[in-house]
Amino acid sequence: MLIIENLIMAFSSLLSNKMRALLTMLGIIIGIASVIAIMTVGNSISMSVAANMESMGANNITVGLQQKSTEEQVSESGARFEGGTRGRTIREEDLITEEMLEELAVAYQQQIAGISLSVSSGNGTAEKGKLYANVSVTGGNEGYFQLNELTINAGRGLTETDQEKGGKVAVVSDKLVENLYEGNAQSAIGAMVEVSINNRYYTYTIVGVYEYQAEAASFSTDSEEDITTQLYIPLKAAQAQNHSAKGYEQFTVATESGVDTEAFMEQLEHFFDRYYRKNQDYQISAFSMETMLSSMTDMLSTISLAIAVIAGISLLVGGIGVMNIMLVSITERTREIGTRKALGATNGSIRLQFIMEAVVICLSGGFMGILSGIGIGAVLAGVMGYEAKASMAGILAAVSFSVVLGIFFGYYPAEKAARMNPIEALRYE
Amino acid sequence: MAEEKGKAVIQVKDLYKIYRVGDSKVRALNGVDFSIYKGEFCAIVGTSGSGKSTLLNMLAGLEKPTKGEIIIAGEHMETKNENQLVKFRREHIGFIFQSFNLLGTMNALENVALPLTFQGMDKETRLARADKVLNLVNLKKHKKHKPNQMSGGQQQRVGVARALVVNPEIIFADEPTGNLDSNTSEEVMNLMKRVVREQNQTLVMVTHDNHLASFADRIFHIKDGKIIKIEDTRENLKEQVNE
Repeated sequence: MLIIENLIMAFSSLLSNKMRALLTMLGIIIGIASVIAIMTVGNSISMSVAANMESMGANNITVGLQQKSTEEQVSESGARFEGGTRGRTIREEDLITEEMLEELAVAYQQQIAGISLSVSSGNGTAEKGKLYANVSVTGGNEGYFQLNELTINAGRGLTETDQEKGGKVAVVSDKLVENLYEGNAQSAIGAMVEVSINNRYYTYTIVGVYEYQAEAASFSTDSEEDITTQLYIPLKAAQAQNHSAKGYEQFTVATESGVDTEAFMEQLEHFFDRYYRKNQDYQISAFSMETMLSSMTDMLSTISLAIAVIAGISLLVGGIGVMNIMLVSITERTREIGTRKALGATNGSIRLQFIMEAVVICLSGGFMGILSGIGIGAVLAGVMGYEAKASMAGILAAVSFSVVLGIFFGYYPAEKAARMNPIEALRYE
Repeated sequence: MAEEKGKAVIQVKDLYKIYRVGDSKVRALNGVDFSIYKGEFCAIVGTSGSGKSTLLNMLAGLEKPTKGEIIIAGEHMETKNENQLVKFRREHIGFIFQSFNLLGTMNALENVALPLTFQGMDKETRLARADKVLNLVNLKKHKKHKPNQMSGGQQQRVGVARALVVNPEIIFADEPTGNLDSNTSEEVMNLMKRVVREQNQTLVMVTHDNHLASFADRIFHIKDGKIIKIEDTRENLKEQVNE
């Protein structure tokens, strides 16, 4: 009861001097806000990566070409997603061939559940009269659709026969059906859809409609109608369309459950060594969601550490500010302290009163810091293309740290107040 | 004599207070003896530096004597440690200050209830008691006012109410009208006198003003740390009536 009354009292004395209280809190607000912001960003990234891991499967290993570094300082995790190169373009003989994959599948048939291959045929628009829908045409093999399982709403998915024939059949999204066929999936099935990519027209027969799912890690400014969805065609069809060589820059391996991903990645890289030992420009590197996550966590924790140091300094300065203002406040309120002591307040209750005030300052600053930190973190996460998720642990830590800060920096001034001689305090002008 | 009637609330025996200032000793109180009885309104009068404030502080348990005894409500003040003194003040003593010393963040009601907080009384009971006492000092309309919304006279009436609220054995007042103009001073003095009578309280007031002292039942004149004269205004009154 005493604590609640002290809290109310502390709040009212804080409110009686709003500007001063706010300025005092500033250091704490900045400190807490920066910690919460970075934790929100970190949490958003790892949540989204974790969500991706779940959808793509933690057991998946992506294997791809990687430019050889002259100094052999390639990061172990090989966190590189595109086959983009600086300077040298990928030549046909650099690509991973069907033969290599076949050998791989034979050599590691115990460990490999499937190999997913995909080729992008570029972005374009599917057109029907004046109606249009933005699409990204992707050719995938069977393994690709095993990994990226589609929810088929109508018709069927791509079958083994489709893959073998490499026919011009397509599975389109329900968004496309909405735009072109007024949402009527049945009228879409069997229809011919015309897609324009770089001013060239391709025609596919729609065999199925899948349910579009917004990716957690996508940040799009497009309106609902202009959203770009995938149009899936058989791998061979895409290769034929691209006139591309029979080779891949990267592929994904789904491992059987129970396989040690970390060790298998090394085996994979070792397997490809014999093909690429003599290649001057490229080597093969494998990475998994797991390694990606851990490299991201490493990076985040380095940033967090740097921010934590800055925040620590800010909180220290903020805390000293609180102590300073408490000392000023105690000097200003010397007569009040004298009066309270004359009327029978114990040293303990005076001490509690002023510690409470310091705690209330720090805690209010902490709350403001948490709110602005979440705000800043959400904006940052949004800009980086992740869905913002505040870190509960961070918030709890910030709240308890604010309390500790208040007690720590409030103790000395409160003790000084508690030890005042009542007569001298009453005489103070 | 009047002093033999009733029960002594305060007994002071051979009281000394000696301050050291550098090498020299200052005798703020130099052997003081007196008793104050239940229901009395006493004034301690003297010039500044006469030792009157020191005496009041010691009676109130805010300062310790160098030598001598102070017995209040049967308890020896000089032997109590600080915690015991705090507890004693909280339960037995009311204070009225020269500059009111109300807390600016609280309204009249809360200010009056403040000493009860230190006794650990719950809020409802506290405010109910404060409310009653504010009625006694004629501040029915100003209960929700903050100190800066009240006149000096009203503030001091809140101060009086705050002293009364714990139902103390003794109320100490240190120049209670020192910050008020003469009209308001008279009002406050009359109020204090009336309330003390009605509640059968004992009031000890320190002042340098002989006129204000004349409101008291007995006046203790103090000079250079010694009581030089005790006047009983009630006897004077009787004498006047007898004439």
